[in-house]
Amino acid sequence: MNPEKEYGVQVHAYGRAWMLAALAVMLLVPVSMCIYFGVWPSPLDVAAGLLGVAPIYWVVCSIEVFTYAPMLGSGGTYLAFVTGNITNLKAPAAINAMEAAKVKPGSEEGEVISTIAIATTSIVTTIILAAGVFLFVQMEPILSARALKPAFKMILPALFGGLSVVYISKNWKLAIAPLAVMIALFIAVPSLASSVSVLVPVGAIIAIGTARLLYKKGLV
Amino acid sequence: MDFKNSLFMYLLGILVGAFVIAQSLYFLVKAVRRGRQLGISGAVIRRTITSSAVFAVLPSVSILLGLITLSNTLGLPLPWIRLSVLGAVTYELPAATVALNAIGESIAAPVSSPAAFNTVAWVMTLGCITPLIIIPLFLKKILGGVNNLRKKDSHWGDLFLTAMFLGMISAFLGMGISDGLLSILTLLTSAALMGICGIFVKVKKVKWLENFALPISMLGAMALAILYANLLPAHLLPAALWD
Repeated sequence: MNPEKEYGVQVHAYGRAWMLAALAVMLLVPVSMCIYFGVWPSPLDVAAGLLGVAPIYWVVCSIEVFTYAPMLGSGGTYLAFVTGNITNLKAPAAINAMEAAKVKPGSEEGEVISTIAIATTSIVTTIILAAGVFLFVQMEPILSARALKPAFKMILPALFGGLSVVYISKNWKLAIAPLAVMIALFIAVPSLASSVSVLVPVGAIIAIGTARLLYKKGLV
Repeated sequence: MDFKNSLFMYLLGILVGAFVIAQSLYFLVKAVRRGRQLGISGAVIRRTITSSAVFAVLPSVSILLGLITLSNTLGLPLPWIRLSVLGAVTYELPAATVALNAIGESIAAPVSSPAAFNTVAWVMTLGCITPLIIIPLFLKKILGGVNNLRKKDSHWGDLFLTAMFLGMISAFLGMGISDGLLSILTLLTSAALMGICGIFVKVKKVKWLENFALPISMLGAMALAILYANLLPAHLLPAALWD
């Protein structure tokens, strides 16, 4: 087996093993809480709670897998979907790293760089969360200071403003249509801001359609 | 000690944190080894690790703020656990709110009993579990399709992936632009700072800046967002900005 194929096969084998282990760890948390506290919740209460979130989040999570997997590559996807915070951290980190390393998303080099970026950000986040928990008394007054609220409320515009300059300036022909549609959509229906995850694949479909059209006409 | 912040809950948090670190290190080592086989230089790998680590700090602090938000109701360890594995505060907060409402409690007050606490833990866990089932089953097929696309026509394959990135960026830019003046100013500031970093990299040949341009743009834009928020009239600011 050639090294490329061997790596591809290996990633899926250990990726699946880690994913199943993550599933076990995730379920172990509420199971062990129930055993330790000696009380199990009423299935009806859990079902009532799930009814309020699962129909939306199961769909959104499924869409996210199909949307982000091609961007993150196999290793990056197996890891990012265990550690979470994909739109606000893992995907931008992967894009930024691939851009800086001058490798193409979808290539094997892109896959490697994306995985390195996602693994590094996962480690940093885990350390910062642990530090925040164990130094809560010292850190909470600083982090919750009223003066800093606007900075953290504006973290997504601060992140995507910078990221967009790089990507849009290089691919402006592909960017015009999805950007125009998304701006119009959010201005027309501001409440959509809470469903931005659902609109990512919509933006992607518009961008892919535009790219196909321009490609067929020989303009990109 | 209060059950939400019991030693047992902290031990569970440490177990989950250790699992995430172990998985991340495993993937990191595998990717670095493969990178060397592919001829990616050690310098590029080191720069990727350093710049990703620096980049991750501010979003991670933002995630920590989400943890603090949930801690009044659920204590520290459960939000810590949930935000460490497949978590995002945009999901965990609504999930906890709905679960507490379903059992007649409120997110505004500390959870009253271990029974209610366990109900919330189950809802938060099961509500976001689908990727852990879908990915092992379908990822190989999804990526196989993308690879076939690239093999058939590499230019179109590259355009396809670029378009997917642009779709994501467009959605977040659209949201930012429609979210009021403060958001627009922050977006433009970040974009301008990135442009300035680009000039330093391309014209002045400050190569090291290339890997830190995004964290610098983010930090600068977030710092200036504080200034804008203090200068702009209150009616132009988002409703719950200072809460």
